[in-house]
Amino acid sequence: MESIHSILIALVLKRGELQDMIENTKCECGHNNPVGTILCECCGKPLDEALINKETIEKEMRYEGKARRSQAFQSALFDRVWNFFSSVKVAIILIIITLIAAAVGTIFPQEKFISGDPATYYSEQYGIYGELFYKLGLSDMYSSWWFFLLLAMIGISLVVCSLDRVIPLYKALQNQQVIKSPDFISKQRISHREEIDAAEKEAKLNGLADSLAKKLYHVRRDGDAILAEKGRISRWGPYINHIGLIIFLFGVVLRYIPGWYLDEFIWIREGEIKKVPETEYYVKNERAFAELYDQKEIPKGLNVEGPVVKKYQTDAVLYEKDPKTGELKPVHKQSILVNHPLEYKGLSLFQSNFEPGQLDSITLKVTEKKTQKQAGTFTVKLYDLNPNQVYQVGGNLEVRVLEYYPDFALENNRPVTKSQEPNKPAFIFEVREKGESQGERSWVIAGQNLDSLTKENQYAIDLAGINVVNESGLMVRKDRSLPVIFFGGIISMIGLVMGFYWQHRRVWARWKDGMLYIGAHTNKNWFSLRRELQQAARRADIALTLVKD
Amino acid sequence: MVQLMENLLYATFILYLLSSVTFVMGISGNKEKKDEARVRRWGNIGVGIAITGAVFQVLFIITRMLIGGHFPTSNMFEFTAFLCFTIVIGFIVIFFIYRSVVLGAFVMPLAVILLAYASVFPRDVQPLIPALQSHWLYIHVTTAALGQGAFAVGFAAGLMYLIGRVGKEKKGKTGFWNAFWLETTLVVVLMFVGFSLINFTFGALGYEAKFSHQVDGQPNVQEYQLPPIAGPHEGKVIHMDPFLGLTQPLFEAPAWMKGQQAAGKLNSVIWSVMTGLILYGLIRLIARKSLTDILYPLVKNLNPELLDEVSYRAIAIGFPIFTLGALIFAMIWAHEAWGRFWGWDPKETWAFITWLFYSAYLHLRLSRGWHGLKSAWLAVGGFVIIMINLIVINLVISGLHSYA
Repeated sequence: MESIHSILIALVLKRGELQDMIENTKCECGHNNPVGTILCECCGKPLDEALINKETIEKEMRYEGKARRSQAFQSALFDRVWNFFSSVKVAIILIIITLIAAAVGTIFPQEKFISGDPATYYSEQYGIYGELFYKLGLSDMYSSWWFFLLLAMIGISLVVCSLDRVIPLYKALQNQQVIKSPDFISKQRISHREEIDAAEKEAKLNGLADSLAKKLYHVRRDGDAILAEKGRISRWGPYINHIGLIIFLFGVVLRYIPGWYLDEFIWIREGEIKKVPETEYYVKNERAFAELYDQKEIPKGLNVEGPVVKKYQTDAVLYEKDPKTGELKPVHKQSILVNHPLEYKGLSLFQSNFEPGQLDSITLKVTEKKTQKQAGTFTVKLYDLNPNQVYQVGGNLEVRVLEYYPDFALENNRPVTKSQEPNKPAFIFEVREKGESQGERSWVIAGQNLDSLTKENQYAIDLAGINVVNESGLMVRKDRSLPVIFFGGIISMIGLVMGFYWQHRRVWARWKDGMLYIGAHTNKNWFSLRRELQQAARRADIALTLVKD
Repeated sequence: MVQLMENLLYATFILYLLSSVTFVMGISGNKEKKDEARVRRWGNIGVGIAITGAVFQVLFIITRMLIGGHFPTSNMFEFTAFLCFTIVIGFIVIFFIYRSVVLGAFVMPLAVILLAYASVFPRDVQPLIPALQSHWLYIHVTTAALGQGAFAVGFAAGLMYLIGRVGKEKKGKTGFWNAFWLETTLVVVLMFVGFSLINFTFGALGYEAKFSHQVDGQPNVQEYQLPPIAGPHEGKVIHMDPFLGLTQPLFEAPAWMKGQQAAGKLNSVIWSVMTGLILYGLIRLIARKSLTDILYPLVKNLNPELLDEVSYRAIAIGFPIFTLGALIFAMIWAHEAWGRFWGWDPKETWAFITWLFYSAYLHLRLSRGWHGLKSAWLAVGGFVIIMINLIVINLVISGLHSYA
């Protein structure tokens, strides 16, 4: 930021120094203008030969005929880059390329919205065009380098275009002279001239000044000339808007600073405590549920097919780990709903997914085979099973987990687990009577005792019940640049409102050698200016007809 | 209550229609004698009826809120109907700035056509799904719609400018292409009329057809309210009312058109295009003139510079509102609901495209001096993008926003 600032200062300085060295353009009125000036800074007289024969100087009025950096310097590489980005034409072309690219990206869904391997998904789903879409890199284009480059170029263009114009414009509007050359006035898009006697001129000029003041113009008078102006604030609108957009884009770039932006996702079951990725926090899901609309809540006359979900909720507790003791200390408790994320010190957890009825634990019962007498039950937590976990069953038995295969399969006749998800849990238990040194081994696969393997066993283990819980998918977000981004948005909005809901209107009047010249300029909505000027002039007894009544 | 709501909607529709007729009557009739007082009087009546219509629509919205318990902008019917409301509001604002009576003769029919279009979609009040349960639902959607309403007024004024220009100068190559594209635009508008007409016709006849087919390996039943010209891919007829001896669809939708309703939507598009073209043919047969020539007398006495400015002014009024609603408020809500303020969801992307398009328009106009013809075409183009976002993105490309 510091360096950008110094470059800007250097730019402005360089201009000033250079201007002094190069020969200035002198106007008839005696004012020295910098090179590249189109309309005299003082009296407004056109300096360019080509303009003298033109009927209006409307185009030149856009930036008050001031010399702009892009027009004054054209040689060095920096100047050429500057001139390229200072062109509104280039800016518009960049906007249109971005627009078309963004549109093309919506033909097929982007990679993050699909399920499956992108390499095969697009050709399978959309045929040859889908394959092309993927091969051209359009399937993930919004995070591609070239799309980023396009946006960055628009950002540079915003800065350069604005600086190239706002500095001369600001200077010109700050130093406006009331007395303008008749040439300048009569070459305005709205202009009028009328012969007026010297005796009458005072009354007419006063009348015009008064009626314009009544229309809320700020009126200045200098001898036989009037400058009436209103809504200058409108001219700053675009630049303030652009500053806002630059701040916005800057905020987006800030996300690349490590620790400023976090985008993770966790699945968490009821009762589970999980570490929040990339942070010092832990989160517990105390309860998760979905609620459907009650039939009574659905108003009469509504034609609803099937149940409609009313809300998804996760009651969560956030813990912080004490760095010394390693103990978890609850710091925040909140119910997370869609549209109501958990917020704690810049960390946000969003309700994003919900899976009801996930297998959490199973209850097994131990029976003595001979007597068919039940010895007792024990519950195995499928996600939270320690090796060598021992369960006390009844008063007399100890069951120890020897092996646990959450997702059981046989490979080359050897038991393996395919994943850590308990899709098909299998166990080898050791059942031991208290006091005995040796127990017996027992296989249980997906709740089924494989008694045939261990016929001589005294005890059998069977499924007594399963316990399910709900599982929530939580989005974990941290975005420290958000205040910058929204600040940029607010500035941009202020600029837009200033630029579009005001208009800069100016009226020049000058009496010279028996002739009254009136000229008017606005940055937009000419028809309305004409109507307004006509009403004001009529009140001052000047027969000005600009629009049909 | 539901009956009251329905009646309020009908009243709104009839008032907008009446207002359109008043505006058209005001400016046609007795062209020789330039009776400006008469035009002004009719214009005042027209805008009075439009305001009454808007009041009725507000009542309709309130009743619907009382019934459903939420602001009605949560599905295709509700949003499109609300868009009509914002178009009328935009028109009323512009009318009081420029007092342009003819503008009403173009904007109000546009509102009528859109309201009829909206009414084809399911009109039931639905309970809100969790993702939509936020105050931002109405803050974001109403502001975005207000901006789009102003853009629609800009579109109508642009269209009027084009009709005036093309009606006057048709010669030469550019004249021909301008005339061609303008006529095409007007025929597309007719297709919207066709869509509503054909749906109401077959709705009144109680037409029904049902197909079973597979969507991603799951069996699915698709119901048609229009006779199936295009049936689902590898679909089987469960039931089909015969139509002109047709007991089978004429052809099947291509295989890549998936989705539970995709083939039905394709069928609706085919019907709309056909009905629009038939309407167009009938108009050409009866009037023996192109649409441009039929509309030309309405605008020929207007100052083109005024139309150009009205079109620009409407867009300039709409742009900040659209930015606020469709981008900034959208980002705030997206941040609250989905944890990211921007995600390149198709609807978001198209809001961004709309915004880029109108900013290009504003730069071209304010910095490059594109006025008149070019500016008017851009105003039309912008509205086409809005319609793409409303119709194609909602109905064809699904994303987070496809609640309809």
